[in-house]
This record gives sequence, C-alpha cells and structure tokens, in this order.
Amino acid sequence: MTAVSIAGVSKVFNAGRPDEVTALSDVDLTVDSGQFVSLIGPSGCGKSTLLRLVADLIDPTSGTVTVAGKPAAQARRDQEYGIAFQQAGLFEWRTVRRNVELPLELRKLPRAARKEKAEEMLALVGLADFAGHYPAQLSGGMQQRVAIARALAVHPPLLLMDEPFGALDEMTRERLQGELLQICAKTGTSTVFVTHSISEAVFLSDKVVVMSARPGRITATIDIDLPGRDEAARQSPAYFEHVTAVRKALRA
Amino acid sequence: MKRIVGALGGLIVFALLWEGYKAVGNPEGTAVLGVKVLPRADDLSMPHLWTVAQRLGKPELTGGRPVWQVVFDACLFTLGVTAVGFVVGTAIGFVLATLMSRFRVVERGLLPYVVLSQTVPLVALAPLVAGWSGALSFGPYPWQDWMTVAVIAAYLAFFPVAVGLLRGLQSPTAAGVELMRSYAAGWWRTYGKLRLPAALPFLFPALRLAGAAAVVGAVVGEISTGTRGGIGRLVIEYSREATSDPAKVYTAMLGAAVLGLVVAGVVSLLELPLMRHRRRVEVNVV
Ligand SMILES: Nc1ncnc2c1ncn2[C@@H]1O[C@H](COP(=O)(O)OP(=O)(O)OP(=O)(O)O)[C@@H](O)[C@H]1O
Ligand SMILES: [Mg+2]
Repeated sequence: MTAVSIAGVSKVFNAGRPDEVTALSDVDLTVDSGQFVSLIGPSGCGKSTLLRLVADLIDPTSGTVTVAGKPAAQARRDQEYGIAFQQAGLFEWRTVRRNVELPLELRKLPRAARKEKAEEMLALVGLADFAGHYPAQLSGGMQQRVAIARALAVHPPLLLMDEPFGALDEMTRERLQGELLQICAKTGTSTVFVTHSISEAVFLSDKVVVMSARPGRITATIDIDLPGRDEAARQSPAYFEHVTAVRKALRA
Repeated sequence: MKRIVGALGGLIVFALLWEGYKAVGNPEGTAVLGVKVLPRADDLSMPHLWTVAQRLGKPELTGGRPVWQVVFDACLFTLGVTAVGFVVGTAIGFVLATLMSRFRVVERGLLPYVVLSQTVPLVALAPLVAGWSGALSFGPYPWQDWMTVAVIAAYLAFFPVAVGLLRGLQSPTAAGVELMRSYAAGWWRTYGKLRLPAALPFLFPALRLAGAAAVVGAVVGEISTGTRGGIGRLVIEYSREATSDPAKVYTAMLGAAVLGLVVAGVVSLLELPLMRHRRRVEVNVV
C-alpha cells in the first residue's frame, strides 16, 4: 500500500505573467505506508510547494497526486492527513489547549474526550503547564510545539510536516524527534517531513529525498538503513556514512 | 477601572476648559479681521455649569415637572429608538459583510453602493423615509413615527458594521484558511471557527461607531421628521427659549451627550467577555 504517490507533477505559479515561477518540474515520488520520508534541499527549491500539493491546498499544473489510493482532493475531504506547517498558524483567540482541540472539535469529539486528548498531546510536547495560555504569550518554538501537538492529536494516517522543529533548541528538538518516531512507529503513521538539517533527515527517515532549485526537482533519493533510532544510532558509523552521502548529493 | 478614571478625568478637563474660557474669554467673542474665531463667553451663550445643573432641578414651566425628569424621559425615548436602529442596522451590516466576504461578485457590486449610501444627506433622507413608510403597516399595527426615526438610525449604523466586519472577515492569514481547508471544513465552519472570531477585533470598534451613528441618526431623525417625545425634539423646543432661559437648552444637550455616553458604554461592555485573550497578553506599546 502506498501512502503518497506523486507522478510527473509540475507546478508553475503565475503562469504567463512576468513573475512566472516554475516551482516544481516533473517530480515523481512514492511514500510507502508507514514510511518516513524527508525532503531536503536549498531554500526556494519547492519543498513546501510539494507538501501543499499533497495536502491539496494547491493544484498541480500537470501530473497527478494520489494519497491513500485516492486523488488528493478526495483524501483531503476524508481527512487522511494532518499538517504542521512552517508557520505555526495558531488561532490567537484560543488558548493553547483549545487550539489543539480544534481538529477534534471539527470531528465532533465530545468535550471531555477532547480535553483529555489535548492535554495528553500537550504533555507530549512539554507544554502541559501552558494549556491555559494564549499563543501570543508563548515563544516561537513553543508555538511550533503547539502546532505539532495539534497535528498529532487526531492520529492521522499521514503526517505532513514542514520544518516543524525549525525554531527549537537542539535538546528539545532531539527529544521531540524521538517522540515523533515513537508515535509514528506505534501508530504506523506515514510521514513526509521537510527539513534543512541533514542530520535530522538522516536520523528520522527511511528515505531522504534531495531536491535542487530552479526549477525544483528531485536530484537524488537515498535510502537510510540505521541499526536503531536511539542515542547509539546517532554515533554509529552507518549514520555518518548516510550524512556524508546526503551532503554529497546536496552539493552535486 | 482605568477607563472610569479616564472618563472622569475627561469630564473634569471639559468643565475646567468651559469655566476657564468663560473666565478669560471676551464676552463679545473674539474676531480676527472680522471673522469670528472664538465664541462669546457671556452668560447668555455659555451659562455657568452650575447654572445648568441648578436648572435641571427646577420645573420646566411654572408648576410643571422638573426639567431633569423631562430630559430623562426624552432620553429614554430616544434611547429606545436608538437601540432599535442599532440592532437593525447591525443585523443588516452583518448580513451584508457576510455576503460580501462569501461572494467576490457581491463585494465588487455592492461595496461602492454601501459607501455611496452614506453620502446621501440625512436631511434629504428623512422626509423620503417618512413618505414611503407612511403607507406601510405590520398587519394590524400601523407604521409609527418612531419607526421612521429608527430606520434613519439603522441607515447610519449599518455602514461601519458592514465595512469593519468585512475587513475583519477577510483578515485571517492564508495559513489559517489553509488549515481549515486541510480539516475539510466547509465555508460555514470556516466562518464560525476562523473568520468570525478573527473579525472580532475589527467588529468592536465598528460597533462603537455604529452606536454613535445610531444616536446621531435618532436625534437628527427626530428633528427632521418632527417626531415628538425624544431628546432631539427637546433640544429644538428648548432652543426657542435660548434668549430667555439659556441654561435650559444646555440641559437638553447634556441629556443628548449622556445618551451618547450610555450607548458607547453599553457597546463596550459587549466586548468584555468576547475579547478575553486581549487582556491576558502583555504588550508594551512605547
Ligand atoms: N503562492 C505562491 N505564488 C507564487 N510563487 C510561489 C508561491 N509559493 C511559492 N512560490 C515560489 O515557489 C518556489 C518554491 O517555494 P517553496 O515555498 O516551495 O520553497 P521551499 O523549498 O519550501 O523553501 P524554504 O526552504 O525556504 O521554505 C519559490 O521560488 C517561491 O517563490
Ligand atoms: Mg518552505
């Protein structure tokens, strides 16, 4: 079963106008069910665009996007995925807890169940004490963690994450990486993960997809095979080999 | 608390300015090159504030009810009309803003006329409304004069709500809209969960403007349609006696001002429960 299948997808913004941009050109990508795939590449190479295509937030100029065996639009309507995007996108008039509850509310979960779930997720990202705060009272990194909690709350079969740990310190980042891997392994979630960090991509992924800019396309796909996903793995020779391979691919 | 202190401070400053000007101003007014730039400061044009206050306690006509009671009743009448106009106008503004935010075409077609509607002079409008509404009735209930006034108040009040709310409904960021889209939320749910809450900070200032506009509409409407019983009419009646009893007309104006303050106060009370997050977030504005 494939979670995501992208075939011959191109995306041109503002076609026919002077500010025309070819964000993606002829991209093919498959994410197997339960697989963790990272997208890495220079700024502006179309990583976010690719993610938004999968989420059916924009339409491809050509090519097809299939999610969970259905066209992307249908998959969106069936809520086959959860997203945590580059900007946290929290609702400033809702408390942190009520922000996490939002997708649960839309799925008509009863109030008590919502509250319990939201609190569990907030504890997971280390924000249990901030449930009653408003987003404007949090730091950028804390806001990002709320957005992650919100994305995880509904246990979507597919997670789309765009630099979710971008604003976090190294320690928090590593802890959340561990938590994320555990959740994904436990629930069999497939993940498409955008990052700028080579080590993060290698540590998290089953497959790292390297992209290049202008026009955005996939230049290399590197399968990662680590002995485990713990602290020891971060020190293993296999880990460093993969880091080097990804770095080479990025330079090419 | 701070607001109450601020409002009281404002009143004191006003009183000081009034009495201060009376003390130093030229009783005949100040003219520069034949153009009057400052008003007369004599007792006829600017009675002492305590004279106005005393006048409130004395009977309207010899043997009649005290002035404060008459002014109070008139204010209540106008307040009722204002409230009806405000509610109706706000409802219309809500519907228009919602329609305009829902359909681009409606916005493009309607917004210019919404703006244009406010350039029609009130004085021209009043007889018009009075004219065609005379033939209306709600079943057994005939159209009343005060309804004409309420229509005029509503006509002024809907505008800030329509424009302010429209801006608010369009204020959510692309990220927020995309998030709702990713939850497969339709238009109504996006409206209820995202657009409307995001619009509140725009809505409340608009409501305050609408409150003020409704008061102006009601007072001016009363005057130009000749409706009896309200404070607008009272101002006109009392101003006829301005030469013999200058303090009396100021009591009516005081009533109109208090009416405006009451409406503003009630409207700003509305926002207290709905804007909790604003008060919790600490911002330092230099
Ligand atoms: N809505 C849009 N309209 C026009 N051009 C766009 C739009 N969104 C993205 N682009 C263009 O598409 C290209 C790819 O953008 P994208 O956001 O996908 O980059 P990215 O790989 O996510 O970069 P970063 O790592 O900096 O987030 C850029 O050149 C950008 O200018
Ligand atoms: Mg991006």
